[in-house]
Amino acid sequence: MSTGIRTRRGAKINLKGGAEKILHNTIPSETYALKPDNFFGIVPRLMAKEGEKIAGGAPVFHAKHNPEILFVSPVSGTIKEIRRGAKRKILEIIVDAQNGDTITHEIKQIDTLKPEEVLEILLKSGAWAFFKQRPYGVVADPKADFKSIYISAYSTGPLDVDFDFLLKNNKQDFQKGISILNQLLPGKVNLGVDANFKGFFENVEGVNLLSISGAHPAGNVSFQIQKNDPINVGEKVLEIRPEDVLNIGLLFSTGQYHAHRTIAVAGGSVGNPRYITAKIGAEINSLTKDFDIDDSIQNRFINGNVLSGATVASNGYLNFYNNLLTVIPEGNDYRLFGWLPFVDNKIPSLSKTSFSWLFKNKGYEVNTNLNGEERALVVTGEMEKVFPMDIYPMQLLKACMAGDIEKMEALGIYEVVPEDFGLIDYASTSKIEAQEIIREGIELMIKEVG
Amino acid sequence: MNFLRKKLDEIKRPFQKGEKFEKFAPAVNAFDTFLFVPNHTTKTGSHIRDAVDLKRTMVTVIIALLPALVYGIYNTGYQHFSQLGGDFSFLDAFIHGAWKIIPMIVVSYVVGLSIEFAFAVYRGHEVNEGYLVTGLLIPMIMPVDIPLWMVAVSVAFAVLIAKEAFGGTGMNILNPALTARAFAFFAYPTYMSGNKVWVSEASSMDGVSGETILGTLAADGKVNYSIFEMFQGSIPGSIAETSTLWIIVGATILIATGIGSWRIMLGSVLGAAFMGFLFNLWGANSLMSFSWMNHLVVGGFAFGVVFMATDPVSAAQTAKGKWIYGILVGIFCIMIRVFNPAYPEGVMLAILLMNVFAPTIDHYVIQGNINKRKKRWASALKTA
Repeated sequence: MSTGIRTRRGAKINLKGGAEKILHNTIPSETYALKPDNFFGIVPRLMAKEGEKIAGGAPVFHAKHNPEILFVSPVSGTIKEIRRGAKRKILEIIVDAQNGDTITHEIKQIDTLKPEEVLEILLKSGAWAFFKQRPYGVVADPKADFKSIYISAYSTGPLDVDFDFLLKNNKQDFQKGISILNQLLPGKVNLGVDANFKGFFENVEGVNLLSISGAHPAGNVSFQIQKNDPINVGEKVLEIRPEDVLNIGLLFSTGQYHAHRTIAVAGGSVGNPRYITAKIGAEINSLTKDFDIDDSIQNRFINGNVLSGATVASNGYLNFYNNLLTVIPEGNDYRLFGWLPFVDNKIPSLSKTSFSWLFKNKGYEVNTNLNGEERALVVTGEMEKVFPMDIYPMQLLKACMAGDIEKMEALGIYEVVPEDFGLIDYASTSKIEAQEIIREGIELMIKEVG
Repeated sequence: MNFLRKKLDEIKRPFQKGEKFEKFAPAVNAFDTFLFVPNHTTKTGSHIRDAVDLKRTMVTVIIALLPALVYGIYNTGYQHFSQLGGDFSFLDAFIHGAWKIIPMIVVSYVVGLSIEFAFAVYRGHEVNEGYLVTGLLIPMIMPVDIPLWMVAVSVAFAVLIAKEAFGGTGMNILNPALTARAFAFFAYPTYMSGNKVWVSEASSMDGVSGETILGTLAADGKVNYSIFEMFQGSIPGSIAETSTLWIIVGATILIATGIGSWRIMLGSVLGAAFMGFLFNLWGANSLMSFSWMNHLVVGGFAFGVVFMATDPVSAAQTAKGKWIYGILVGIFCIMIRVFNPAYPEGVMLAILLMNVFAPTIDHYVIQGNINKRKKRWASALKTA
């Protein structure tokens, strides 16, 4: 089954430093981190102590309000440190990787597993954390009824990875993961792929193939859900990343929790951008050793893409849900008369007040300068141009700012997550923080409505 | 550049956080950011940002205004000298116009920006660039002989009442520049209408025939201008409104850069053409039988729809809303012209009227989206 979805809204920002399709082997990282902040909506409860020796796949913490949801160690080793922030909030749990056992779960005949048995294995192995739930993009509630599952193998963000390249050596295990998802929710698995290049995904069985064409954010699951079968009030939908489908496939064939992460190290500051294989939570320092990162300048390391990723220290750790590590120069310098139209055309602009579109194919060298200052919302229509969903983004943002729950609901807060507003952040003339506003809006919804 | 930067940083030191003049930081920042795009980097949200900002947007509008302004300056001199009779060169006309108009622009900027700076310091936010455009628009839509103090009072009224009272840039309901004109229009009517105000220094001349075309028509008079003169703009009128030709150049800049809404502009032209055509069929008086094509090129219609109706803050904000808003601006403009001889120029009132209704138009457009969503929810509940 295949459904075509297309949009003409959105934008592709072609940046310099895209990862070449070469898989580079690095020495595995020595330490790994689990960051409770990666899991939106989760309050962590520790299950291991500092200095404790743990097996690979052993639980490190669970969700306070839902103890069934376990977050497990990607490797065997010792809990080296529990880093806390203000009010003793747990920031990172560092695991020192050492040789040791890995927990193996007993899995009986796969083909005959019932949905609740699949769920049980996913929960006790820690693989349930791979699932996020819509509305809101929080870690999924295992007790909820889900309407469908969405996987987007079409990535449209700047410098984003090519999932076909990433997974094509593991076709069978990916297919196995899909079959398991089908056992969890029979006949309700949707896989979004690039309409122009489906790659091996074309032959994946047991999915409703969504052929997507269009620029970013067309690769975002929110858009694909809305075009295929929008979320109504009270409904819940599961979302999982393509590589985690593979991890689930591996879990069910070996009985062990797998935390594979193929990472594209990309961006203007990276000398030879390529892909590397790693594990969730690996140390960034050790991964980026062979990448000729220009350290004569100040760089920003980003877990994820430049629109919606999270800043991370160069000696920090990979996040749980991303396949991309972007490194770009910081932009803390001044530009004389840089605000004049048609000046500094090397900075990409979606507005036509710059000739930057002439250099579209060359790849832009970007930095983190704000290119202006925050102002009142004046310009209209620019948000809609980069927002392909049937939602009025500016009105939704204003409803979130006002904390008007009824209006937020009516305008479609259930259908979006903050990263859908990444391009709006980018394109905004008034330099508003749309993703932050939506995040706060969603937090308010969770608190007030649940 | 480095020298300049160091000097600026030195000047700014006493305005930094925790220093003596911290409160006045927005005022110095406004000058600093006028020279340099600041070194601020992204903190939350997207790590990279578009090169466009509000300064660039506003300056683009100013660039689009320049052709009409330059022609307006020339036309001021042209109207003056051609009424006087005798020979004059382009330069004579231009210099005469510049002497008249540049002081108005200076007064508008000084008064308006002073108020804006004061509010920025008082409210502790940065100075918004919106006034750069408003401040130029206000003199451009005034009759040339209006006294400078009236310009100052109108500007103060517009900035204080139409803008800051509503919460400042981005919050105003009415277009501030048009509010300034409307204020002057009702407060000082003798300076804003009649047959003496449109030609520079007309009051000191004998036998001036300086009626605007719409004024002539409203008085059932005969129009002595060709359509080419109307289009090119060598006719009496407010300073920069006369030349449809140069306004179209400005419109092209606005549409090409994506700053001005082509939906509003096109909608207005269609609305006005439709209404003008209907009145042509009726043809009860000279304004009604005035060809719909001529309606588009005389008076402030072109200037109004290109530079005033498209003000994004006071216009409708949704794409569908912009069409409706634009078409209604056009329809009401011609209707006011025809039915209300006291206000021969309808575009100012038409735009102000639609400014008031723009939020209502948007409300219904958005309600449509909400209803669609709720309907979907209801049908999902039924099938579940």
